Amino acid sequence: MRPIHIESFTAASCLGLGVDSTFKALLARESGLERCAFETVDIDTYIGEVRGVDEVRVPRELSRFDCRNNRLAELALRQDGFLDSIAAATARWGRRRMGVFVGTSTAGILQTELAYRQRDPVSGALPSGFEYSSTHNSFSVADYLRRRLDLAGPAMVVSCACASSAKVFGSARRMIEAGLIDAALVGGVDSLCLTTLYGFHSLQLSSPSPCRPFDVSRNGISIGEAAAFALLERTPGNLDGDAALLLGVGESSDAYHMSAPHPEGQGARQAMQSALRAAGLGPADIDYINLHGTATPSNDRSESQAVTGVFGRTTPASSTKGATGHTLGAAGALEAVICVLALRQGLMPGGVHTTRVDPMLTANYLLENRRVPLSHVLSNSFGFGGTNCSLIFGRAG
Amino acid sequence: MRLSAYVNGIGVLGPNLANWPDAALALTSRRDYVPAPTVLPPAALLPPAERRRVGRVVKLALNVALEAATHSNSDPGELASVFSSSGGDGHNCHELCEALARPQREVSPTRFSNSVHNAAAGYWSIATGSKRESNVLCAFDASFGAGLLEAMTQVVVEGESVLLVAYDTEYPEPIRAKRPVPDAFGVALVLSPSPHPNSLVRIDAALTDALPDTLANPALEALRMSIPAARSLPFLLQAASRESGTAVLDYLDVARIVLNVAPCA
Repeated sequence: MRPIHIESFTAASCLGLGVDSTFKALLARESGLERCAFETVDIDTYIGEVRGVDEVRVPRELSRFDCRNNRLAELALRQDGFLDSIAAATARWGRRRMGVFVGTSTAGILQTELAYRQRDPVSGALPSGFEYSSTHNSFSVADYLRRRLDLAGPAMVVSCACASSAKVFGSARRMIEAGLIDAALVGGVDSLCLTTLYGFHSLQLSSPSPCRPFDVSRNGISIGEAAAFALLERTPGNLDGDAALLLGVGESSDAYHMSAPHPEGQGARQAMQSALRAAGLGPADIDYINLHGTATPSNDRSESQAVTGVFGRTTPASSTKGATGHTLGAAGALEAVICVLALRQGLMPGGVHTTRVDPMLTANYLLENRRVPLSHVLSNSFGFGGTNCSLIFGRAG
Repeated sequence: MRLSAYVNGIGVLGPNLANWPDAALALTSRRDYVPAPTVLPPAALLPPAERRRVGRVVKLALNVALEAATHSNSDPGELASVFSSSGGDGHNCHELCEALARPQREVSPTRFSNSVHNAAAGYWSIATGSKRESNVLCAFDASFGAGLLEAMTQVVVEGESVLLVAYDTEYPEPIRAKRPVPDAFGVALVLSPSPHPNSLVRIDAALTDALPDTLANPALEALRMSIPAARSLPFLLQAASRESGTAVLDYLDVARIVLNVAPCA
């Protein structure tokens, strides 16, 4: 595929607001996970909650979009001069030539969960102030962003569970390549809600301690929330060497099970191989792998086999979910931002919370940070329904 | 900028629309059309236990997907796919929200696994053995248009055949009062980059400021307006007419999609 320029990017997660604080926290090997005290949730688990989301206000003319998910999106937009980057891109390309492609798994479903506690005792009706289309519906976050930023190109949400916001990079890249648009806002936004906290708990997939990806005693995920965005553009002719590029996208399906990965990671392997093919790279060209690494026993086992099958046992790899939690539909975009930071800063972030790597997992899992110049990094995202997506990023020079 | 593709198979299921040939007769007024509740056959692709368990949205999506794939004479396992739905499984969502509103908050693990927007795509992949890429979208009332653009860019850029499935089912009360989708409607298209012995029509798509086409039959126009996937009806009418022409489809407030539709010999 033709490389796509990553013009700018930003993220808000429990690890930090904006890329500078995110990078500093990675460098200091911090984790944003804390014991769950979200809303009225009474589950013994750790979560990655973003501070200050409740205090964010959406613009008054978009008040019908007001909900935790869109507040989190708004919070990320305000970091890193991202609003200015979008404005400059709009001036460059025109608002109709800019698409909006955002991944989410639950959007603002928290609003509906709360509304179900306030049903009319006689009729059962939801409260009159409840807004379905601009909070609950999956599209609400993309709709909020295109109105907030006044963009008028194609817009949609990708909702493929935990691979959602990796897959938006593929959609944006195809739209640019097909000539339908010149630039795109891509990203992922997923916020804490009862559906996912109680849902993963019901599947016995959430850990009572901070998650420990690839650890011998790992026992489940820590749910997090995040908003992460990138501005993708048709690659200009004159890029400096520090510029970041999207070089490859690989997608596949497991055709195996709705909520368990293929035991040998066949679909994951196919996604990584097809990303390498799209980028015109071989396994030896990848300097670092940001794993999906959720810290469930079966996910990490499956991914390790897939990674070793494609790359052998030496390519350094880690999961940043010990630091950020599993941000579900936002994970692909958040980890894409971490990969671009890794390239720019020459940092392979070591996994946090993991102390002893499972000897059965043969991938080269990093427990310490490494500062080395990086040329190409790969990021994995996999989801329920057996959906897989791998992204490859590189430096222009 | 124009995107081009060949349509090699169509599947339709909706209120008093049993399949594509039946819908073609209704659209071209070769039979009367009176709305009647959508009848969803069991999802024949699934093993019996799952067939009983899956909700209306999965039955709908798998039925239209299989009809289109069968008519196109393609191996379903070899098709990349794009699934697009304005809301997913409303009944399952309602059950989860009810459970979370009770003091015990006992969530069914199966309901939670099935609550992902890509549930239908997951069942399709498992049932057909398809390991190809599959994307799952939502664009509220613009979901058909979003799916069509995603599928056509995939055809044009990747040069491969793509199954597009757009499908919507109703919410029960109390969400229904806030999102009044009245019934189930689904449409599936198998699209390919080059003509095929089974090609029905060639389509060329572009964005436009023109207003969407409406349907002369008031009952079909009401269907188009009330279920997002039925925003595809002006295209289906043009394809059923077996004549060259255009169809302007509803999409976003800022753009519609114009399709040039040309029958294949």
